Amino acid sequence: MTAVRTEAPVSAAPRRLPGAGRLKVTDPVVGVWLAAAAVTLIGWIVVTIDGGQFMTQSNFTGILQNSVALGLVAVGQSAVILTGSLDLSVAYLISLGTLVAAETMEGGSVVTAVLAVLALSAAVGLANGLIVTGLKVNAFIATLGMAFILRGYIEDNYTGPAGDVPASFQRLGYDRIGFIPISVFLLIAVAAVLWLITKRTRLGHHMYATGGDEHAARLSGVRTRRTVIYAHVLCALCVGAAALFLASRLGAGAPWAGTEARYDLDSIAAVVLGGTALAGGRGGVAGTLGGVLLLSVLDSIFNQLSVDPFFKNVVRGVVIIAAVALYARPFRRRAKARDEARAKEKGALA
Amino acid sequence: MTTTTPSATTTVFAGVGRRLGTGAPVYVLLAVLLAALAITDPGFYEPDSFLAFIKRAAPLVILAAGQYMVIVSGGFDLSVGAVVTAGVVAGAEFYGSYPDAPWLLVTAGLLLAGAIVGLVNGLISTVLLVPSFITTLGMMLILEGAVFYWTGGSPQGVLPESFRSFGRGEAGGWLPWAVLACLAVGAIAVWLMRSDFGRTLLATGDNERAAALAGVRVPRVRTLAFVLSGTAAALAAVLVAGFSGVSAQAGRGLEFEAITAVVLGGVILGGGRGSVVAAMAGAFSLQALFTLLNLQGVSGALESTVQGFIVIAAVGLGAADFSRLRRRRSQPSEGKSSS
Amino acid sequence: MSRTRRTTRPGARNRRLAAPAAALLAAALLASCSSDAPKDDLADDPAASEQAEDGDKRSEFFDQADYDRQLELTKATPEGPEGKPWEQMLDPASGGMVDTSEYAMEGGVEGAKLCFSNAGVFNPWRQVGLKTMKAEVAQHDEIADFTVLDAQGKDDKQISDIQELSGQDCDALIVSPNTTATLTPAVEEACGKIPVIVFDRGVETDCAVTFISPIGGYAYGAAAADFLVDEVDKGGKIVALRISPGVDVLETRWSAAEIAFEKAGLDVVEVKFTDGDPSKAKSIVSDAIARHGRIDGVWMDSGATSVAAVEAFEDAGEDIPPITGEDQQDFLQAWKDKDLTAIAPAYPTFQWRTPVIAALKILKGEEVPKEWTLPQPVVTEENFDEYYKEGMPPLHYGACGCEELPGYPGDWGGE
Repeated sequence: MTAVRTEAPVSAAPRRLPGAGRLKVTDPVVGVWLAAAAVTLIGWIVVTIDGGQFMTQSNFTGILQNSVALGLVAVGQSAVILTGSLDLSVAYLISLGTLVAAETMEGGSVVTAVLAVLALSAAVGLANGLIVTGLKVNAFIATLGMAFILRGYIEDNYTGPAGDVPASFQRLGYDRIGFIPISVFLLIAVAAVLWLITKRTRLGHHMYATGGDEHAARLSGVRTRRTVIYAHVLCALCVGAAALFLASRLGAGAPWAGTEARYDLDSIAAVVLGGTALAGGRGGVAGTLGGVLLLSVLDSIFNQLSVDPFFKNVVRGVVIIAAVALYARPFRRRAKARDEARAKEKGALA
Repeated sequence: MTTTTPSATTTVFAGVGRRLGTGAPVYVLLAVLLAALAITDPGFYEPDSFLAFIKRAAPLVILAAGQYMVIVSGGFDLSVGAVVTAGVVAGAEFYGSYPDAPWLLVTAGLLLAGAIVGLVNGLISTVLLVPSFITTLGMMLILEGAVFYWTGGSPQGVLPESFRSFGRGEAGGWLPWAVLACLAVGAIAVWLMRSDFGRTLLATGDNERAAALAGVRVPRVRTLAFVLSGTAAALAAVLVAGFSGVSAQAGRGLEFEAITAVVLGGVILGGGRGSVVAAMAGAFSLQALFTLLNLQGVSGALESTVQGFIVIAAVGLGAADFSRLRRRRSQPSEGKSSS
Repeated sequence: MSRTRRTTRPGARNRRLAAPAAALLAAALLASCSSDAPKDDLADDPAASEQAEDGDKRSEFFDQADYDRQLELTKATPEGPEGKPWEQMLDPASGGMVDTSEYAMEGGVEGAKLCFSNAGVFNPWRQVGLKTMKAEVAQHDEIADFTVLDAQGKDDKQISDIQELSGQDCDALIVSPNTTATLTPAVEEACGKIPVIVFDRGVETDCAVTFISPIGGYAYGAAAADFLVDEVDKGGKIVALRISPGVDVLETRWSAAEIAFEKAGLDVVEVKFTDGDPSKAKSIVSDAIARHGRIDGVWMDSGATSVAAVEAFEDAGEDIPPITGEDQQDFLQAWKDKDLTAIAPAYPTFQWRTPVIAALKILKGEEVPKEWTLPQPVVTEENFDEYYKEGMPPLHYGACGCEELPGYPGDWGGE
């Protein structure tokens, strides 16, 4: 049922009690925030040398603003990945969410629209969870299939941007307090809720347990299926929040709002960048936010330096691989030690 | 995890179940789809159009064979679509500079490049212990970015007929080269899986620790699987380039199609189980499904919805039919992640 | 929407929603709140509500007035210098000329800084366009700085890009919007700070100094369809290949073609989406040949896959019927080599030159048309040589108007 449980070395993680970690530089969560800070610093220097200005208020606003949509999706994605699953349907769910939001707001009230989008999201998340746990379809295929289903629905029903978001709701996308966009507070609030759920509730403990070792979790009485379903619903709700934010920002629903931005793969990349193990059971929301911020800062630097957009992808790819390689360092050391021990053992036997 | 020692009968039973569980549903699916195609289009089984169908399926089948190697060893290869795009674009760019290059040399060069990409994927995954999902996701970004950065967005050359005939033309005037390539890849894959390499590959995917303790050089085996996948992707690139010419989005989405095909073939994501023939049959099924949807004239836009439902249903049915057996069988190995 | 209503109990989620909602509320109440949103409400857009009333799909998108106007414009004679279509304008009087003296730079345009928010370079058309635009900039020594931000197809990022650029010391801002509807607020905000030039796709506001575009999708689709109507006998079988559903600029092309086919009594046997993938296009056409025996004409909403369609007929051993494409080099090459009966309406890439020219005009205080409609050439048998250029790469676009620009042909990949 777990999507990516194959990477044995990583899933051979020490089982730490969630939330009980001390601050260590080698901890990916600390690492990714440090990396974001370092990249900011380097970016500042490079951009200044280039003759630009990096530490400007509008630039900070931009970085924060650009983190919101991906942040919301990635926070949700963290929940499923922690549980050992994953969700590839998020991009199409965002598109559909913006359309439903904008169309409902056009004809009805904002509250109805928000509820409609969250209900839609919860339904899609529930369906994902049920397919993964009930039909025992691997999450990768299940959510990919869901993505296709949503895509067909969108393409059959919409021929372009639709709906209209009232100015009052557009404030979510445009207003600022000082230099901080208020949508950032939405992200922080959603992330805080997810953090509380994963670190402070029984459901959260079950999520870590299920992701760490599903079989063991089941044997120790965790209802793993239900946990996976909850994780999918949580993820979809976050995606719904992202869709609402994008609707407010775009002022209308757009059938390609989620897909052209590749929120599916980008959100997974951000989660992994934040130190959450793809195999599940390790990591968390705090790291994910760091990952999102790191990507956003990188984007801003590229913007400032007018880097060729194709070259950006190259750098992004390298950064993602390099970051995860760094996180895997302790495991490499352990693996090496194990190999040496085994060699010694063999030598002793001979 | 030393619970019960299965008796001889249950072992045999599980063995049958395993074979059926990982293979049978896809053959049923394929048969149903092929029958449906025959009803929809009576001319489908005329030699010409049937060969044309196989020719069209060839790139996906070859990708599926390569993807199978990686998946069965416990990994993912998300970079194959980018390898196809990069291969097509790089081939055209190369011909832009050397219009008279012999096609065999260019093809060999592309295959080598594909193998190198696979090698890099494999080394990063095994030596640096980066999960292959991430390695190949990063590789996908890098390849797409690099090839377009290099070509300034569009390749400069035209692919000559000599190069394209491998994906477009026929041997002896009737048998498409692509069909031959498909058969050859199938034969090689079956042979590989029956060799020592195949057994170690399966063992690695099933339980990496156990395989390592039994003397399998796990990193080497897994890296080799990536090399095979990269090479297969490059071969698919040559076929795609031949079939339809230069395009900047030749390989878009192929990675997902290949993985879907392999899973349709009953191969378990996570490794250790499944047959390569079934994986290739999965690719044929997927292509048959595309063709059927096209012929049926399902409202263009709804096609993907139908496709999504069928894929989920097929995989779900495959899992449901034999889930009881498999669960019993797989319990011991599911504990592997807690090692 | 019915699918959302019958679903779950949202009540269970309300508590989770409470926290963000509270945060939002608190944030909204704060007095120091500032907004980047334009002040006036753009919510009541009459066009949007009109669209919603019609149940029928085509008419939902179809706009008779636009359609009529575009077909009218194809017959109009452009004003402006001969042989430089990127400086020409069709019926500029309709939208009126704009007095730009308020934007004129003191002491001339020397040292001007132009900024450009690009939707992305995700297809060869945009790549050729951007190269052409950069070459146009290179021609003008008076432009000291040209900043391009690439939104990579993300509406959200383009909104931020526009905000960022309008916050910088740009003298004029050029925008090529990713989506029509969604960038309107950002563009309105920028309009308040600097002169804005919008091109390619429009936005739903007229605050920009000028909006530059070729005639449009109806004219494109109709040109291709009318050609088939002339070439194919009544009742002939037509295959229509479209890129993907849900793209407004492509929907107009198809709706115009649909009208023409209906009127002429042609039988459209297949309407399929190719995703711009030539393999898929080739498969679709092969299947169509197998299924219908004979295809009398192929209509395309864009050129990316037209060569694949041509090859499908070749590989099936059939004669290539009349076919429409675009001014992409590979299609022109096939047209020449195989002596096709073809037509290639262009959505010209030379329009990427015009915004730069317009920006300089504005900064000089010269008047520009509110709606700068460029000619939209159609490549035919007669004018083929104007657009086919030997030695250009397969994904080049013939109507780039770039032949005289510095760096041609090397910078466009030609030899």
